[in-house]
Amino acid sequence: METLLEVKNLIHRYNQKVVLDIEGFELSKGEVLALIGPNGAGKSTFLRILNLLEKPTQGIVNIFGITPINNRQRHNLRKKMVMIFQEPLLFKSTVYNNVSYGLRMRKKNKDFIKNKVLEALEKFGISHLINRQAGTLSGGEAQRVSLARALVLEPEILLLDEPFAALDQPTREELRDDLYKIIRRENQTTLHVTHDRNEALVISDNVAVMNEGEILQRGRTEDVFNKPIDEFVANFLGVETILYGKITSKSDGLCIVNINNHKLEVVSDLEVGKRVITCIRPENVTLLKYSLKAPLTSARNSFISTIKDISSYGLVYRVIMDCGFNLTSFITKESLDRLNLKIGEKIIANIKATSIHLLSRK
Amino acid sequence: MDLFVEGIKQALYLLIELNREIFSIAWRTLSITGPSVLISLLIGIPLGVVLGLMKFPGRKLLLSLVYTGMGFPPTVIGLFVAMFLWRSGPLGFLSLLYTPTAMIIAQVIIATPIVIGLILAAMQQLDPKLKLQALSLGANKLQLFWILIKEAKIPSLAAIMAAFGGIISEVGSAMIVGGNIKGRTRILTTAIVLFTRMGKFEKAIAISIILLFLSFLANFALTYIQQREGIYWKR
Repeated sequence: METLLEVKNLIHRYNQKVVLDIEGFELSKGEVLALIGPNGAGKSTFLRILNLLEKPTQGIVNIFGITPINNRQRHNLRKKMVMIFQEPLLFKSTVYNNVSYGLRMRKKNKDFIKNKVLEALEKFGISHLINRQAGTLSGGEAQRVSLARALVLEPEILLLDEPFAALDQPTREELRDDLYKIIRRENQTTLHVTHDRNEALVISDNVAVMNEGEILQRGRTEDVFNKPIDEFVANFLGVETILYGKITSKSDGLCIVNINNHKLEVVSDLEVGKRVITCIRPENVTLLKYSLKAPLTSARNSFISTIKDISSYGLVYRVIMDCGFNLTSFITKESLDRLNLKIGEKIIANIKATSIHLLSRK
Repeated sequence: MDLFVEGIKQALYLLIELNREIFSIAWRTLSITGPSVLISLLIGIPLGVVLGLMKFPGRKLLLSLVYTGMGFPPTVIGLFVAMFLWRSGPLGFLSLLYTPTAMIIAQVIIATPIVIGLILAAMQQLDPKLKLQALSLGANKLQLFWILIKEAKIPSLAAIMAAFGGIISEVGSAMIVGGNIKGRTRILTTAIVLFTRMGKFEKAIAISIILLFLSFLANFALTYIQQREGIYWKR
């Protein structure tokens, strides 16, 4: 696929402190990439550098095959991309004047601008706001205007810097759905910065995880979530159970991992004798009522555990168990009631050998 | 008390009959202050924007110079300008002393730091991301400059107001570099001084009324715009 944007050996410093250190990074045409990481990871700075709003201390930023060397080139390349911030940052004027801003800066003719603006307003369902003053809009409306103002330019690359972070939950989800319908329909190349892993999971084809100025892992969203490259990524992507162990034997791709003298069967490519970090996502731990005759399941790993804690976690409940090591599971309210779980009681936890991910320990 | 009553009565009479001398002084004042304000805006706005938005070495020094300039006594500025323009001074060959041009020069020097200081404060009030957003939407340097000025319209109007108010009511430098020559450099403030000294209170009062009216009018117009804009920007 055609590469629109490429970064090589980028280092960026603020007051001598290295805030970005990116060996290589690419964005392909049509790709929707979520860049995720904790606050202060350098995501926004990276985005500003990609939009040529800030010059990196060193390194190459190549956009559409061009590495800009002067302000004129930067300006011309910048006009092919657009960035949206967390705040709508509307100008003190009408919605129409806001949405038409970029086109006017590009000296397009009046009729063309009018048609495009009307079309963009329509797309975002804000045609009725056309003559409103920006200052009178609600947060959600304002962000819609901001998105329309950017997408009316038909940018080659759309850069989103946590555009929904300041909105309330229902507004956020509605706007996200509307925006992504447009992005998918128009095959819009998008780099979306977020610190919300669930958002990343919903929107992206690919994910890049960033921490302390470095990109730790980049790959297909599903792969990154299921096979995090290290403990930090695993933790950040919501792997609740992270255990240290060692592969003691292996046959037909099925490894036996010893954790605190408990045996865990895992499908992995790693070799016998390797010290490993075992990652278990809470969604992959299923619970069964404890009885003397435990039913057979296809799960290879079945543990009799004692419930240590139950807490509400959004729409699901998080159950922490002790089965010789700590294990966390997410279950629905319905399952919680059905299983009649109580702290201190026994339960059977099952984990499929294929849904455990092993990291080799350095 | 008679002095007051009689003075005000006469003054109103002078105003009603559109006294030529008084109105020509008012007109001259505007024809000197107008260009002064305009020039100080032309110099002060770009400098204010640059100082407010850009970071470069020596910026702090420039800022302190601007702030000093904002509070510099106009009379002292008048003195320096007069010395420069003095026949034996460095710019004496221009023969500008006691001309409206000399007054404009002094007024520009008085008003420019005020404009710079207020514009730069206005720029610093803007969300720094607004600049990035405008650039990201494709604005070039000039277009960026313009949108930011528009965004800071209200505080920028305050700068115009302060510049106008500062120089229309100023007397020290106008006296020194203008010389208060009848029909040439006599303006409202210097005329008030003169007529008061001569005991022609009715003329002094009439002129004061015009001066008050002009500064009220300017402030009223600007406040009106400010308030109208303000409706949308209470947040």
